[in-house]
Amino acid sequence: MAIEVPENVVVSRLDALASWCRKNSLWPMPFATACCGIELMATGASRHDLARFGAEVLRFSPRQCDLMIVAGRVVMKMLPVLQRIWQQMHEPKWCISMGACASTGGVFDTYSVVQGIDRFLPVDMYTPGCPPRPEQLIQSIIDLQELIQREGTISGREFAARSRQQPKRALVELSVVTLPRGVSRLPQRVRVE
Amino acid sequence: MIDRQTTAAVSSEFPSLAWSEFRGQSRAVVPRDELLRVLKFLRDSRGFDLLVDITCVDYLNYRGAQDRFALVYLLSGTRTNERITLRVFVNEPEASVPSAVPLWEGANWMEREVWDMFGIRFEGHPDLRRILLPEEFTAHPLRKDYPLQGRGERHNFPVLRRAEG
Amino acid sequence: MTVVQAKTVEDLAQAEARDYVWTLNFGPQHPATHTTLRLVLLLDGERVVDAIPDIGYLHSGFEKLGEHLNYNQYVTVTDRMNYISPLANNIAWHGAVEKLLGLEITPRCKYLRTILAELSRISDHLLCNGAVGIDVGAFTFFLYAFYQREVLYDIFETLCGARFTNSYTRVGGLMYDAGPLVVEKIRAFVRNFPRTLDDMDKLLNRNRIFVDRTKGVGVLSKHEAIARSATGPIARASGVTRDLRKDEPYLAYEDFDFQVCCATAGDCFARYLVRMAEMRESLKIVAQAIENLPAGGVNVGIDERTALPSKQQVYQTIEGTISHFELVMTNRGFVVPQEEVYDAIEAPNGELGFYLVGDGSDVAYRARCRPPSFIHFALFPHLIRGHTLSDVVAVLGSLNIIAAELDR
Repeated sequence: MAIEVPENVVVSRLDALASWCRKNSLWPMPFATACCGIELMATGASRHDLARFGAEVLRFSPRQCDLMIVAGRVVMKMLPVLQRIWQQMHEPKWCISMGACASTGGVFDTYSVVQGIDRFLPVDMYTPGCPPRPEQLIQSIIDLQELIQREGTISGREFAARSRQQPKRALVELSVVTLPRGVSRLPQRVRVE
Repeated sequence: MIDRQTTAAVSSEFPSLAWSEFRGQSRAVVPRDELLRVLKFLRDSRGFDLLVDITCVDYLNYRGAQDRFALVYLLSGTRTNERITLRVFVNEPEASVPSAVPLWEGANWMEREVWDMFGIRFEGHPDLRRILLPEEFTAHPLRKDYPLQGRGERHNFPVLRRAEG
Repeated sequence: MTVVQAKTVEDLAQAEARDYVWTLNFGPQHPATHTTLRLVLLLDGERVVDAIPDIGYLHSGFEKLGEHLNYNQYVTVTDRMNYISPLANNIAWHGAVEKLLGLEITPRCKYLRTILAELSRISDHLLCNGAVGIDVGAFTFFLYAFYQREVLYDIFETLCGARFTNSYTRVGGLMYDAGPLVVEKIRAFVRNFPRTLDDMDKLLNRNRIFVDRTKGVGVLSKHEAIARSATGPIARASGVTRDLRKDEPYLAYEDFDFQVCCATAGDCFARYLVRMAEMRESLKIVAQAIENLPAGGVNVGIDERTALPSKQQVYQTIEGTISHFELVMTNRGFVVPQEEVYDAIEAPNGELGFYLVGDGSDVAYRARCRPPSFIHFALFPHLIRGHTLSDVVAVLGSLNIIAAELDR
């Protein structure tokens, strides 16, 4: 026997409802370090408005935020600060690694830049670009919203899933290859499966 | 750009300086012991009141180099608009020079950076410690024998994972 | 109130035990620190007794990278130094490289570089004053400034394909020539910008709150400015009338009629006014330059063997083919004298110079950047002593500290 559901009644799962609420009110914690920080500011400014997607409140207090956008290169002096801020955020929390430098180290394969924050933090969304255009950042926030809607649970169980716990695969770094003088080339790196 | 009279006055006061010129810029090699006297003379008598920069070059892999490090002092005059470059050569066992902080307060951070990056001590500096790298860092990275990618310091951190449940 | 000269954190602990002073950690993650710098403030109630800066939270090894990338590759890295006005950094870098090589660039290239240097000066001052505004509480001012920066980004994007971090200059010339569309956009900007500047002036110049928060705060005397190596708008706001565009003219600045903006007060309000005035002068330069843009090519000729020749020359002349081959193949490149040179420009932040040591190959042996933000941040403890905690933000904003240039 079919049940007539009137128009003003919505049937859903708690998980979907909670995810819908959370995805539409992501409050970013802008961890702006370098040039990507300027594009982050431009995304929040009037032309490309991030507030339309619910991310109105760019509060700089980790206790009040649930989305950390790491915009810019993270150096070894800054990484403990980044980790501490991540730990200060409450669950459920997500992390967007904005730009090439936060995702992989970018142009800076040097002694002080961490080659990708996902070596030390769990990252949910990567935004390529140097710097990514504001539209790219907005797209990555939309993608994160879809991820939250798809996998979100009301109690945050999805973070314990095995796929979220995978550590990053290690890259083997070769020692510096000596090349004849006058050749400007950074040493090649090999990926080990 | 420097005036002929200035170079004449400086070389008559300090005959041991070796002058050279390239693209219109005058450079003088100053022996380490005369450095502070030369700087003071340039600042007080010849009007070079602005210390533009203090930096260092490591000549380890340079063709035809005799000394390891050269400290470079760039000076400029706000009223005369002249520029001069001074170079002081130092070598490894005791790489140190007297500090220019008593003459220019702006030399404070510049010398701290040279210490941080190259390991050259400045005698008489009020607070010589690392400025750009963490205090625990042991090497001096801009030396030519330090690799570009470092020696593993950049990845020496604990890994945070998602909490269970 | 006792004045405590605390140099290290250990001194702070001793000072704290002595008086009713307490320590506040400001940064490195804080909205008003303009990205990553850290201040440990020693406070007596609300009064700042001393401030110890702790920097290096963005130190990326730029100078070490300069010893591994060739002159045309490194320009991409110079963009990321003062990322508010990246074209000024590109122009400074290639100006130094061309001085080392002894190259004379074409008149059109000089004019285009001058126009872009001035547009990036406008962009930098807009952001600096906008940041001072938003830190002090004036949000609308910040939005006006950012909207004009979007217009500038549009111009840069039409010209070189990137909003900022352009990497637009090359050794001996530029990446692309400026077509008529860009010229038209620059003309439109020159027409419309003064109106926005007037609006911005009306918002803050006589605003009681802004003036009270910035007047008399962070005073830098002329003697101190020279002793502490301050350059650029900070020095000019203290009375040091030094502007490299007039004192040691480079590019095409001799052909234009503009004034150097100075003030005598040396406080935050003077720095704000100097930057607003400099924007008007920059607009004057752009207006004159865009009307008198010389015709011709932007890259140096084929004999110099530094800039890539045009495709027509490569396919139809033997010199073009040889030159292209020499430049593109690795293990070749152009000849650089084994010498040292220093070249500086008047960047929006101050004197931005590069000390280059060449060693014959097309990779620099030493590429030192003289960073104005680094020198200016050393001024901060001197400026802030005796002021209150809320003045820390105003002074920090007016010094225009860009963390990437500070730490390199």
